[in-house]
Amino acid sequence: MPQEMIHPGTTELTYRDAVREAIRDAMRRDDRVFLMGEDVGRYGGCYAVSKGLLAEFGPERIRDTPLSESGFTGAGIGAAMAGMRPIVELMTVNFSLLALDQIFNSAVTVRHMSGNQFGVPLVIRMATGAGRQLAAQHSHSLEGWYAHIPGIKVLAPATVEDARGMLWMALQDPDPALIFENVMLYNMTGKLAADAGPVNIDKAAVRRPGRDISLITYGGSLWKTLEAATVLAGENIDAEVIDLRSLRPLDDATIMTSVARTRRAIIVDEGWRSGSLSAEIGMRMVEQVFWELDAPIGRVCSAEVPIPYARHLENAAIPQVPNIVAAAKAVFGRA
Amino acid sequence: MPSLGADMEAGTLVEWLVKPGDRVKPGDIVAVVETQKGAIEIEIFEAGKIEQLLVGVDTKVPVGTPLARIQTEPEGPPGAVAAAPPPAAPAVPLATPPLVRAPVTPPSPPPVSPAAAARARVSPAARRLAEACGIDLSTVSGSGPAGAIVYADVERRLGEAVAPPERKRAPGLDLDAMRSAIAAAMARSKREIPHYYLAHDVDVTACVQWLTRTNAARPPDDRLLIGALAIKALALAARRFPAFNGFYRDGKFEPASAVHVGVAIAIRGGGLAAPALHQADRTSVDELMARMRDLVQRTRAGRIRSSEFSDPTITVTSLGERGVETLYGIIYPPQVAIVGIGKMVTRPWVIDGAIGPRSVVTITLSADHRVSDGHAGALFLAEIGRLLQEPDKL
Repeated sequence: MPQEMIHPGTTELTYRDAVREAIRDAMRRDDRVFLMGEDVGRYGGCYAVSKGLLAEFGPERIRDTPLSESGFTGAGIGAAMAGMRPIVELMTVNFSLLALDQIFNSAVTVRHMSGNQFGVPLVIRMATGAGRQLAAQHSHSLEGWYAHIPGIKVLAPATVEDARGMLWMALQDPDPALIFENVMLYNMTGKLAADAGPVNIDKAAVRRPGRDISLITYGGSLWKTLEAATVLAGENIDAEVIDLRSLRPLDDATIMTSVARTRRAIIVDEGWRSGSLSAEIGMRMVEQVFWELDAPIGRVCSAEVPIPYARHLENAAIPQVPNIVAAAKAVFGRA
Repeated sequence: MPSLGADMEAGTLVEWLVKPGDRVKPGDIVAVVETQKGAIEIEIFEAGKIEQLLVGVDTKVPVGTPLARIQTEPEGPPGAVAAAPPPAAPAVPLATPPLVRAPVTPPSPPPVSPAAAARARVSPAARRLAEACGIDLSTVSGSGPAGAIVYADVERRLGEAVAPPERKRAPGLDLDAMRSAIAAAMARSKREIPHYYLAHDVDVTACVQWLTRTNAARPPDDRLLIGALAIKALALAARRFPAFNGFYRDGKFEPASAVHVGVAIAIRGGGLAAPALHQADRTSVDELMARMRDLVQRTRAGRIRSSEFSDPTITVTSLGERGVETLYGIIYPPQVAIVGIGKMVTRPWVIDGAIGPRSVVTITLSADHRVSDGHAGALFLAEIGRLLQEPDKL
C-alpha cells in the first residue's frame, strides 16, 4: 500500500481513451450530465470517442441527434438553463459555425440578458485542426474566433492528462465552456496516472523550461513545438515551450513571466495569422513586457488559404517543425 | 597603460601632463588615467625625453598599450618604448585594438540628428538596460539581427564598466565604478582565498602615554595618532614574518621584498580605496603620520598615484573612529593578509596581580590559509603587540 502511494500506477492510453474516460467519469459522478451529438451513440462518435458509452449509459444519456448543429446545440442550452449539465459534441469546428448563432446569441448572452436569472453551464466539445486530409470544410482551426467572445471559456487540451482532466472542471463552470480537441491528437498515446482526475483550467503550463526564447503554443502544435525545441537545443538555442491550455482566459502571468525572462517569443498557432489568437498574444506582450523584449515577436501560423486536401499541400499549409525552428533562429539573426 | 590593480583591464587617459620634448625623470607624474578606482596619476620609471604621445586624451586603451615613446638617456636607441608599465603589469598583446574610442571631447556634444538616431536598431530590453545603467548606446556595438543592439550587447558593455563618456566629468572619483571594482575584488577574494581569522587584545597604554608626552609640545597639525604607531609596528612585524607580506599569484606565494602598507580609506558617498604607504617599515613614525594625512586627503579628492594603487603588499583597516572594537577585513587580492585595528577602549586589566584600567585595542588578522597557518598568524599578531609596548623604539 505505501509502495502504491509513492509510485501510483500509470496506464498508457490514447488521447481518445482519455476523453472517453473523462466523459464516463463525469456521467458517473453527476447524473445531470449527458452527451449528445451527431453519431455519438450507435456509431460511437466520428472519432470513436464515445464508443461503448451507449451500452454503458443508455440512450437517455448518450443521445444521437439529427444533423442539425443549430438545433441540438440550442437544445443543450435549454437543458443547461433548466439545470442539466449537457455535453454537446460538434463533429468539427467548421460545423460549429452552424451553431454559432446559438453559442454566441444565446449561450453567451443569457446570463447578461436575464439579469443573472439564468446561466448556461454547457460544455461543447469539438474536433479542430488539419492533418487528416479532410479538406477545406473539416480542417480549420477556428478556436481563436471563439476566444474572441467574452463570457465563455475556451480550452485546448494537448496532453492525455488534460484530455482526461479538463472536462469535469469545464462542467463545474456556471457558464459555457468550449473544449477543442485537435484531430491529430486522438491517436496519440500518453501515460496517465491511475488516479488521474480533474486539472486546473486556468493556467498555462511550461512543458519545457528554457532560457533563450519562449515558444508559445497549444493543442496539436504543442508536440511539433516541443520537437522544434529539441532541434533548437542542438543549435545552442535553449527554448522554453508554453502550452496555453486555456485560450480564454489567457494566462497572461505565465506567458509574460516567461517572455520577460527569455526576452524573445514565437507564437505557434494553427489558426490563420490575420486577426488571430496569435495576434492577441503578441499584442499583450507588447502591452505588458515591451521593455523586456530583445527581438521582434515572431509567429508561425497557417497559410492564409483554405486548408487543402492534397497531403503535401495540407502539410505545407500548417505549422511544421522546420518552420518553427526557422522562425526561432530568425529571432537570433541566424539562418 | 599600466595595470593599477589585479582586476584592471583598461583605462582612459584623461590628461597628459607632459608634451613631446619634455624631459622626465623617474617618479615624475606624466599623465592622469581614469579607472574604476578614480583618477590616478601615472609616474614614469625612466629618465629621458618625451618623443611622442601615442594615446590621445579621453581614449580608453587596454592595459599594456604603450602610452608614449621616450628617448632614454644617454645612449638609448630612438624609439625605445617607455612610460613603461610597472614591473607587475600583466602582458597584454599590444595588437589588441582600443576597446572604445570616446568622442573627441567637444565641450558640448554635437546634436544627433533624428534620422541618425532612427537608424540605430536597439531592442527595448537593451535600451532600458542602457538607460538604467547610464550606458551611451552609441558606444555599444550590436550583435543582433541586422546589427541591432540587443540586451547581451549592453551587458557586455557593462562588463567593461566604463564611465559613460557622453557626459564628460572632471577627472575624479566615479563611485559607481568604484563600487563595481570593490564588488569584483571582494567577490574574487571570498571565492578564491581561504581566509582564517585571529584576534589579539593588545595593551597600548605605553603608546598612549608616549603619545601624550610627545604631542604635548607639538602644534595640532604635527600631532601623532596611535594609527601611525600601529602601522609602523605592523610593517616591522611584516618584515619579520614574510608570509603575510606579498602576493599569491598563479598558484604560488611571492613574498614581497619591501613592506608597502595599504591603508583602507573610506570615501564619502560609499567608496573605499587602500593606497600604499611605501616602505612603511623603513619610515619614521613622524613621516608615516605626515604621509597618512596626505594620502587620506588625496584619496578623498580622487588623486592617487599609480604606484600607490598597484603595489600595497599588506593592508590595514580600522573602524575605530566609528566605534567598532573588532573588525575582520577581507583580503584584497592578490595580497595575503589584512590587519584590522579596532577602537581603543579603557578596560579593567590585570597587571602584576592587580586590576587596573588600561588602554586596550583589539588587533585582528585575516590571512590566506594557502600561504600561512594560524600558528604563524598568532606569532605575527603577538609581534605587533610586543612592538607596541615600546613605542619610543618604533
